[in-house]
Amino acid sequence: MIRKLSNLVAITILAALLAQFLPWWSLMLASFAVSFFSVAKGSASFWVPFLAGALLWLVHSFLLANANDFVLTNKMAVLFPLQGNAALVLLVSSCVGGLAAGLSGVFGKECRLLLDKKK
Amino acid sequence: MEIRKILISFKLCEITLFANLHTNQNLQHLRRFMNRFTFLRSLFLAALFFYLLNNPIGKLPPLGKILSPSEGFWQNEKDEITTGTLELEGLKEPVKIHYDAQLVPHVFAQNDLDLYFAQGHVTAKHRLWQMEFQTHAAAGRLSEIFGKKALEHDRMQRRKGMVFGAENTLKDMAADAETIALLDAYTQGINSYINSLEQADYPVEYKLLNYAPEAWTPLKTSLLLMYMTDMLCGGDADLEYTNALRLFGKKRFDAWYPDFFDTLDPVVPKETSWKHISSTMTAVPNQQTPLDIIAETFEKPHPNNGSNNWAISAEKSYSGNPILANDPHLGLNLPSIWFVMQLATPKHSSYGATLPGALGIISGFNKHIAWGETNATRDVKDWYKIQFQDASKSTYRYEGTWNTARIRVEEIKIKGQASFLDSVRYTHHGPVSYDASFKGRHGKQGYAMKWVGHLGGNGQRTFLELNRGKNYEDYLAALQHWVAPAQNFVFAAADGDIALWVQGDFANKWKGQGKFLMDGSLAANDWQAYIPKSDNAFSKNPKRGFVSSANQYPTDQSYPYYVFNDGYESYRNRIINTFLSSKNKLDLEDFKSLQNNNFNLKASELLPTMLAEINRGALNTKELHMLELLASWNYDNGMNALAPSLWTEWWNHLYKLTWDEFEQKDVALKKPFTYQTIYLLKNKPNDTYADIVATTTVETAKDLFLISFQSAMSVFDTWDAKSSYKWSKYKGTAARHLLQGLPAFSRFDIPIGGEENSPNAVTHDHGPSWRMIVEMSSPPKALGIYPGGQSGNPGSVYYDNFIDTWAAEDYFEALFMQSTTDTKHIRSTQTLNPKS
Repeated sequence: MIRKLSNLVAITILAALLAQFLPWWSLMLASFAVSFFSVAKGSASFWVPFLAGALLWLVHSFLLANANDFVLTNKMAVLFPLQGNAALVLLVSSCVGGLAAGLSGVFGKECRLLLDKKK
Repeated sequence: MEIRKILISFKLCEITLFANLHTNQNLQHLRRFMNRFTFLRSLFLAALFFYLLNNPIGKLPPLGKILSPSEGFWQNEKDEITTGTLELEGLKEPVKIHYDAQLVPHVFAQNDLDLYFAQGHVTAKHRLWQMEFQTHAAAGRLSEIFGKKALEHDRMQRRKGMVFGAENTLKDMAADAETIALLDAYTQGINSYINSLEQADYPVEYKLLNYAPEAWTPLKTSLLLMYMTDMLCGGDADLEYTNALRLFGKKRFDAWYPDFFDTLDPVVPKETSWKHISSTMTAVPNQQTPLDIIAETFEKPHPNNGSNNWAISAEKSYSGNPILANDPHLGLNLPSIWFVMQLATPKHSSYGATLPGALGIISGFNKHIAWGETNATRDVKDWYKIQFQDASKSTYRYEGTWNTARIRVEEIKIKGQASFLDSVRYTHHGPVSYDASFKGRHGKQGYAMKWVGHLGGNGQRTFLELNRGKNYEDYLAALQHWVAPAQNFVFAAADGDIALWVQGDFANKWKGQGKFLMDGSLAANDWQAYIPKSDNAFSKNPKRGFVSSANQYPTDQSYPYYVFNDGYESYRNRIINTFLSSKNKLDLEDFKSLQNNNFNLKASELLPTMLAEINRGALNTKELHMLELLASWNYDNGMNALAPSLWTEWWNHLYKLTWDEFEQKDVALKKPFTYQTIYLLKNKPNDTYADIVATTTVETAKDLFLISFQSAMSVFDTWDAKSSYKWSKYKGTAARHLLQGLPAFSRFDIPIGGEENSPNAVTHDHGPSWRMIVEMSSPPKALGIYPGGQSGNPGSVYYDNFIDTWAAEDYFEALFMQSTTDTKHIRSTQTLNPKS
């Protein structure tokens, strides 16, 4: 439990830091790195980074949109199209972040396992 | 699908492996194998997902890029209120940018170089995507963004010689040391902004279309000017008229397309004397119009592109100060074509509407003078039939010999594909736009274009000089640089002068020249000379106490140079002049109400005849009721009225039915103008045009009124409630995003009245794109509004916040700051410092 929680926090912080100077895939990189150095067991290797990524993208995008009264988010909800529903844009966006982090988290763990086995 | 198949095959592998597990004794070995397998699977999934998010899929932009909060569209959730300090290379001294409540930037620089540097920087900050997109569109480079579907557009732009014209303009700007220095500073300013951008900062359109801004160049400013030139004087109907002449004969052609209409209220008052003109008029040569069958021509600029402007003298003004008004009518797009600014140095300070991409204020004022433009429609584009010697199209017939054609190879880059190379032949006339390879003649023939748009000229200098102008002499000097698009430049000065010049380069044509296709092998058909600028029509301090223009005839028939009707507007000018003449004194409220005037003069001139002539006996109760509704109409196209919708539908049906002989396949035609159509319906009701070709009976105007009324009113049967055919609903005015009207970034159903021929010329997609009223008090007082907003960012509340004010016939008061410390109404300030 502690490892799960610490991984969650570590991925979120690292991803937020890397995003300052790297493109969107900095989230995948952060999740990969944390999962590599701190291997999680079973399905947690997916869900923990998924939660971290989804949470980070959700909170960050919510803060940006909320500060501007969702002017653009409402328009993007028409563009994509998501029935003009800004909440759906937030949901889709955070799921995409979650999946990106989750999948690279699993990959990070598998890399570690492969290396460990070779030793 | 592919992805799902791969995933399923992974799953099958897994199952087979597990099944084998029990039979295989070497568990250790198998586990290693399994690990490797799950490793590969995780690698595959992570890589696949990365690929999908990093690349556009179908119509979707790269989802990872666009949805990431740190670099995606979330970063564009900004109102663009700007503060802080920047250090920029290229500046000489500090510049202050004060933003008011409308997000209008007030730029205060210490010198002209810094001023235009800052104009470039600030414009790019709010309008970068639009600036680049419009110049890409002008240059025929949209295929680079959209791929092959834009190729036809790009070829058309290249074959019109848009880049050729822009290069010529740049040459003339570069020949003037001051212009090029200021243009370079402007360019540097834009690039100082572009270079500061990361992916996260790009305007959202770049993110959606997955491309990046490129560096600005002086040529791009030139291309923006060409974009306007093409929009305002790129239209003509020579080839359509040639078809009409062939199909209908000279007699009917002349009756349908007269050089002058019977009613005339020209830009320059009728009583003006032309005695000062001493040039020789060009003699009519002996030549024959080639009566070719022309199937297809270029897409034309919007027929409603036009404008109103007027100015009243001190004597006619309520306050004793001259007052000037201008409202250019253009396509209603977002981001708006205009960007309002104040541009100030210690030596001069001007306020008004700028065009993102060009230097200075285009329609505005300083403390001495005010200026504005309307389009001075004139036939400035002609077509010449070219006979090439052979299929190589390297030489063409001219005066009995073969002239060499220059070949300009246009490389059109296409996203995701190899470039398209288009070899365009240039004759001494201009580019051979239509030939065997494009919309054109077979084999060895082609049509070459002669257009003032290719002449170059330093029109940019006109605006630089107007911005710092102090009086009529400065205005006149500024206008001498103007070549195209010809404009009616209205002028008012604090010292009391008002004036209006119809300015531009016009060919001194022989009577009839350029109305139809001409034989390009005869020197006599070439443009022989240009009208000296001093002979252009103008009006200064006329007796009537006002000057005005609304795209009508520049002069009456007494003007010695050849002018014929090439799409002159015939209604707005008369409403405006009648209004301005109707009062001895006018105030700002009068000006507002005239700019927002919805009177339908066109309907008032035909509807009484239609109502009197229509056979009421043939109508049912419902139709009679609608006829009554029309009979009680006051000809005001107010947004809530029902009658304008009925009238418009009836008129459209009538016009189509009247000119049914024009409904021909594979022949490019232009139907006669509204004014002449109404003239014929009223004065020649039994003429052959009224006969419906498809029937065996002979119809007259009276029959057309009835048939068109019944078909038009049936349209309203399907409308559920009266409220749905209220004029504004029926019209459905919208301001559409430049990107093919992207609905998410557009505004629909704007509640506004007016119609194409009323001063408030708002149609469904077109209208007054900037309304300005300036009183030349000390300092000047000004009102402005446009259907958009200062920010080009759809994420900003300033993207479209002016639209409702504009629709409500309201304005904002221009804040004309008298000094950089006069910051009482300033919301935020940004400082641009030279980089040390």
